[in-house]
Amino acid sequence: MYNKGLIVSGLVIFVLLVTFPIWFNGLDAGPLPKPELPPGGEKECVAPAAEMRDSHMQLLNEWRDDVLRNSDRVTITVGGKEYQKGLQIACMQCHSNKEKFCDTCHEYAAVSPTCWDCHITPTELVKKEAQ
Amino acid sequence: MIEKTLKGKPAYWIWLAILGSLIAIGWACYFRQYAYGLGLTGMSRDVSWGLYISQFTFLVGVAAGGLMLVLPYYIHNYKVFGRITILGEFLAIAALVMCLMFIMADLGQPLRGLNVLFFPTPHSMLFWDMCVLWGYLLLNLLCGWVILTAERKQVPPPKWIYFFVYLSLPFAVSIHTVTAMLYCGLPGRHFWLSAIIAPRFLASAFAAGPSLILIACAVMKKFANFDVGEEAVKKLTTIIMYAVIINTFFFLLEFFVGYYSEVPGHMHALEYLFFGLEHHGEVYNNLVPFMWTATLFNFAGLGILAYMKISKMFDFRLVTVAAVLIFLALWADKGLGFVFAGFVPNPLEEVTEYVPTLNELGITIGVWATGFFLLTLLYKIALGVEHEVEE
Amino acid sequence: MDNKRRKFLKMAGATVLAGISAPALVKLSSTSAVASGEGGHEAPAASPGNAGGHGEEQPSGVRLGMVIDMRNFYQDQGLLDKAIAACVKAHNVPQIPDPKSEIKWIWKTGFGNLFPEHSQKLRSEKIKNSQFPALCNHCDNPSCVKACPTKATFVVEKNGIVAMDFHRCIGCRFCMAACPYGARSFNWQDPRPFIKEYNADFPTRMRGVVEKCNFCGERLALGLEPACVEACKGTGAIVFGDLNDSHSEIRKVLDQEFTIQRKPSAGTMPSVFYIV
Repeated sequence: MYNKGLIVSGLVIFVLLVTFPIWFNGLDAGPLPKPELPPGGEKECVAPAAEMRDSHMQLLNEWRDDVLRNSDRVTITVGGKEYQKGLQIACMQCHSNKEKFCDTCHEYAAVSPTCWDCHITPTELVKKEAQ
Repeated sequence: MIEKTLKGKPAYWIWLAILGSLIAIGWACYFRQYAYGLGLTGMSRDVSWGLYISQFTFLVGVAAGGLMLVLPYYIHNYKVFGRITILGEFLAIAALVMCLMFIMADLGQPLRGLNVLFFPTPHSMLFWDMCVLWGYLLLNLLCGWVILTAERKQVPPPKWIYFFVYLSLPFAVSIHTVTAMLYCGLPGRHFWLSAIIAPRFLASAFAAGPSLILIACAVMKKFANFDVGEEAVKKLTTIIMYAVIINTFFFLLEFFVGYYSEVPGHMHALEYLFFGLEHHGEVYNNLVPFMWTATLFNFAGLGILAYMKISKMFDFRLVTVAAVLIFLALWADKGLGFVFAGFVPNPLEEVTEYVPTLNELGITIGVWATGFFLLTLLYKIALGVEHEVEE
Repeated sequence: MDNKRRKFLKMAGATVLAGISAPALVKLSSTSAVASGEGGHEAPAASPGNAGGHGEEQPSGVRLGMVIDMRNFYQDQGLLDKAIAACVKAHNVPQIPDPKSEIKWIWKTGFGNLFPEHSQKLRSEKIKNSQFPALCNHCDNPSCVKACPTKATFVVEKNGIVAMDFHRCIGCRFCMAACPYGARSFNWQDPRPFIKEYNADFPTRMRGVVEKCNFCGERLALGLEPACVEACKGTGAIVFGDLNDSHSEIRKVLDQEFTIQRKPSAGTMPSVFYIV
């Protein structure tokens, strides 16, 4: 191989850089996130927790398209309770603390959804009223 | 062939360094704009498109101008253009990259840019603009690269490439026609609602593109020992002259329609551009000096070229001066006047003027610098191959 | 280049291409089913059926429209302020002091601004000194919908509202250039600092998207009237209803009164009428 020294050392540095996230924290991803359940004590959501954990984003997208693009604002009934289709007007009514619920998992998974750039959280509501 | 960009005279590196610093400034300005929003520009609710889109409009024309080198050679067998069709194709690539960068800089939500692909909307001209721009870019990349490689190996290009070369000809016309259609199909903007917009765009494109190539040829003659030859330059000046005359004729027709009919919708935008628009006691005229300078440059450049033809003399320096004048004139016409005046007055007959901010200018210059950077690299490759072949 | 190396590079390139395109192909073939479902809703809106124009009605379905009776507003300009304030509150519309970046869903302007196609010569004092409401006309043949490259703005087939999907808008502002009425505003920065008080039932928007009057689609779904209409309740200043229903109140008003519309020559067929 030509330039063996240069190439091998370059490859080693490259592999180290690419695997940085794995080894930098000592091969430990940190403690699992513990999202706090709704402060109001509600135990039921529009779908079972496992299903929500998997596909809440798909559900929200479906709701978004239903409400905005198909003008379908029909409420859905789950477990005897009626829910409107919307992040701000349904989900956040129970999961009112975004920081203690939504953010815990999102930060762990390094996901930053832009939902709350527009959809107002209860914390934001309080902040604005204080102004 | 890319290795040809890695060796060069000091002048080459200094030029790239200057462009590089402008690009860095452009990026810094863009990060500021990305963080805050497009409010960092001078655009407003009334003038919702500014420098970014106007530069995009102009550069689509420059890209289409490459057609004027490709068409004579491949369709009419004008052998003299044999060495410079690659310059037209590479200019198209650099110009199109600038166009796409300007669009990205202008988007309010650039990360959603792919929505245009995910949700194709055939009734929107922006969708078709995206299609033809990318199509033309890929065509030029393919044709330029394959033919240059064949040139380097001193073999005739493969037969299949000619299909793409011929395809690039209607594509060149289409990119600027579709861009014109962005404007000329909007019922609320009377300055743009005219059938002559697309022909005018094409005419000024076929003058602006070759003008820039002539300027590049002059630079390369001085710094890179590359002489395209007197006949090629003379033919290009003929093409530019005709294109400028036709564009001027179309523009004067617009003046006639506006000022003879005196229909306010067709007149006010021209008034704003050339004489200042008086509205509720205030006179709005920030573009007037640009337009008259452009007019002067237009006729001066045309005059220089005409003089050389009539007196049958040829001086490459005079040609370069004329090319610079014409390029600047057409830049002011399309890259300033056309887009901004469409928003004056606004649909409620109010006037808001547009003045770009420093941050906006930083990004604009950064994108232009990127285009020139890419153009320099591409031309270095083309010239490298030419010199290699000459030995 | 050495032949073996060349073969290797060709194979590597082909593998990478296959590797990238395989999941892409799978995704595209599955989403096209979703897209065609959406397309089924949007296609009729895009069809040139409305382009017949010349005052033809949309043959079926609800077509929401508005009659603005200026006679109420001449006497009581404060009423117009109330209507505007109701809209601002209901939709978290930011109040931005710089006129260049302002966001307006419904606002006040002069007769000459609203109706430039009409003569302004020797107008009465009442017309010259009054402020008229301007808003999105929710056209039957909207040029903004034609222009949008992502269908972020679209006609709701059910009721004729020209709606905005803020999630999809890329902020290209082509719709703003296309609108003949200047009805659209762009968020040149984050609007939240400029919102006085939040309506907890409606989101704000973020920077980089276009917005405009939405005929209060979210209120209509709850059986309410649009905010501006409700603010003028009892006065008859703004009449809102189904233009396709010949027995509706709005059709009665249109039957009895002479109305004008903004820029009819644009061919956009607006749904907002004015009694001046």
